[in-house]
Amino acid sequence: MSPTPWFKRISDGLTRTREQLGGHLNVLLRRGPQLDDEFWDGLEEALILADMGGLAASEMVERLRKTATREALPDARAVVARLVDEIAAQVTLEAEDPFASGPACVLMVGVNGTGKTTSVGKLASAASGAGRRVVIGSADTFRAAAIEQLRVWGERAGVPVVERAHGADPAAVVYDTIAEARARDADLIIVDTAGRLHTSPDLMAELQKVKRVAERESPFPVRSVLVIDATTGQNGIVQAREFHRALDLDAVVLTKLDGTAKGGIVVAVVRELGLPVIRVGVGEGIDDLEPFDPLDFAGALVGDIS
Amino acid sequence: MFENLTDRLQSVFSKLTGRGILTETDVDAAMREVRMALLEADVDFKTVKSFVAAVRERSVGQDVLKSLTPGQMVVKIVLEELTALMGGTESRLVLSGRIPAVVMLVGLQGSGKTTASAKLARLLQQQGRSPLLVACDVYRPAAADQLEALAAQLGVPVYREDGGNPVEIAREGVKQAVATMRDLVIVDTAGRLHIDEAMMAEAAAIRDAVRPDQVLMVVDAMTGQDAVNAAKSFAERVDFDGVIVTKLDGDARGGAALSVRSVTGRPIKFVGVGEKLDALEPFHPERMAKRILGMGDVVSLIEKAQSTIDADTAEQLEARLREGRFTLDDFLAQLQQVRKMGSLADLMKMIPGANKLPADAQVDEGALARTEAIIRSMTPRERDKPSLINGSRRERIALGAGVSVYEVNQMLKQFAQAQKMIKQMQVAERQGKKGRRRGGFFPGMRRRHISYH
Ligand SMILES: Nc1nc2c(ncn2[C@@H]2O[C@H](COP(=O)(O)OP(=O)(O)OP(=O)(O)O)[C@@H](O)[C@H]2O)c(=O)[nH]1
Ligand SMILES: [Mg+2]
Repeated sequence: MSPTPWFKRISDGLTRTREQLGGHLNVLLRRGPQLDDEFWDGLEEALILADMGGLAASEMVERLRKTATREALPDARAVVARLVDEIAAQVTLEAEDPFASGPACVLMVGVNGTGKTTSVGKLASAASGAGRRVVIGSADTFRAAAIEQLRVWGERAGVPVVERAHGADPAAVVYDTIAEARARDADLIIVDTAGRLHTSPDLMAELQKVKRVAERESPFPVRSVLVIDATTGQNGIVQAREFHRALDLDAVVLTKLDGTAKGGIVVAVVRELGLPVIRVGVGEGIDDLEPFDPLDFAGALVGDIS
Repeated sequence: MFENLTDRLQSVFSKLTGRGILTETDVDAAMREVRMALLEADVDFKTVKSFVAAVRERSVGQDVLKSLTPGQMVVKIVLEELTALMGGTESRLVLSGRIPAVVMLVGLQGSGKTTASAKLARLLQQQGRSPLLVACDVYRPAAADQLEALAAQLGVPVYREDGGNPVEIAREGVKQAVATMRDLVIVDTAGRLHIDEAMMAEAAAIRDAVRPDQVLMVVDAMTGQDAVNAAKSFAERVDFDGVIVTKLDGDARGGAALSVRSVTGRPIKFVGVGEKLDALEPFHPERMAKRILGMGDVVSLIEKAQSTIDADTAEQLEARLREGRFTLDDFLAQLQQVRKMGSLADLMKMIPGANKLPADAQVDEGALARTEAIIRSMTPRERDKPSLINGSRRERIALGAGVSVYEVNQMLKQFAQAQKMIKQMQVAERQGKKGRRRGGFFPGMRRRHISYH
């Protein structure tokens, strides 16, 4: 793990705070201490700007309003100071981590380009480093060179990758992967799947079939994990909803938090679907994966308040 | 939550009806809805602010206050302003006469640059160019393999140098194009974060090495508020000329497209609408504006109709319409044309608001087939003169078509309505509205005037 926490590394970056939530909150605070409608509206707007979405934002503001009344918070600054805690509380869930609770067969799913394959590589490397016996399944048989890409990650992680030819049935790859895992007496199977838009019924059905085959064949519980890109806007909640509907998801991995986007959309996802965020991706290297820490996340989302 | 701006505004203004005259406060309420609609579509916050101010000014200054349909007026203004902000008219890719011409693609990780490079190669290939693709992403595993696999589908060569320096690869790629007589080079670069100093400097160095005719930034339609941060940095450091918006085949509103356009002033050139290589389309500002507002893609629907409906049938029909003759035979021909356009479910997707219907209630594919069966069970004389169809004839027709008499009645009623509508259209036309006539013959499809509701 890196010497400085990722959220520090991020805020050590360029001058971009003015574009972030913290920047807007600072503007709001400069208005004055009064807790009037303009303040609450401004707060709601600031949360929407963090990609949190209308519903999650207005709920958050409602909660803060109540807190302010109940605890007689004196001014705007005091309310803003509570914001990090409120957001952290919102994304804190007691839930099982599919990668850290016994043998499992985990399907990594999501829309195109979110970072599924890279995350498979990182997760496999971390698990194998922690003493798990891991097998990777290369079930993206659709995208050009997806198999080659994952093969490289398998080599980097020192984990075997089960492949079939480009164009093969992804469910068949899963079948083979589970057989291989049995043969190797592995206790963790991680399956990379092709990126797909949740609006395609055919591709979502294909994924359901992959899961059915996994459930039929796997000696371990089957879990599905949605990979969401931190830059995603309001469509993220729709994605999560549709993948959840199709697969009954177990958790979320949030990638690309090393950019300026802070992944506010997962607040809405956790709020609506009750799915835990279990890891965050913070770079393109094999070790750029960290556990999800609600306070760090909320702190980075809100940014510096001056 | 509301599906689209029209619904939102209707709900605002419906509270006000009965009170007669609208006040500026009412307009403010409407503007709040406009603001929320745009924010929920991921349009950048500052863009939203200045945009809403402009719309408000026009709304107050114009007839919205006096209008009987203020909601429609506001939607119209919003749509016009949004379209204007998006760049007015579509913008094409301009390449210099230099040989080879060079196009370079840049963007964040996972935005879809490699696929877009291949799509662009295909498009320009169809326009008579002979492209060479250059693989400058030496970081992501198998990125060059991906480009190569896509290029192979097009029969387009790829220049790659594994383990090489991206700036050198780009330079060599152009040399290779000269040597092999390719007149277009498309440079695919690695995805990079706009705050990654070294990587941004690399992109600028590639640009300086090959001096592209066009640098295009690839932006994922699903991007949220962060789109402006990335776009600004890329504009400053790499100075792109235009934008390709990808993944528009999903259901993201795509407000990021507007954000990028408004903060950088760079036009959107193309949109990606699928994983296949032919899924790259020119950008249409008004369609994008409607999409952002959740108003569906009526224009696409009409274009689809116009390209599918065969010209002869259309002309014949149109002639008959002009003569004021529209029989059940024509109705049948019309139905068959509709069925040729694809499944009703697909067509429904393009209709504003249709996405709100529960999935199973959306379309009755069988209805068209039943209507067709009913008409086919009529005698030619009956088709020509439906007034002949009395009770016993209806029973016979129902039997022949395997439907109930009720359904036959319904069908005849619908037909009568269609006839009436056509008569009205003719009256309107004679009154001097000279519409463009092009194949369209559905009511409302006749002119390329799109109503907002
Ligand atoms: N900066 C950064 N880049 C990342 C992160 N995770 C993935 N990426 C990059 O994002 C791009 C897409 O990652 P992939 O792992 O190929 O994404 P995918 O979801 O498998 O993509 P498809 O299979 O094409 O749908 C690559 O360039 C990765 O290097 C991250 O946490 N931070
Ligand atoms: Mg992948």
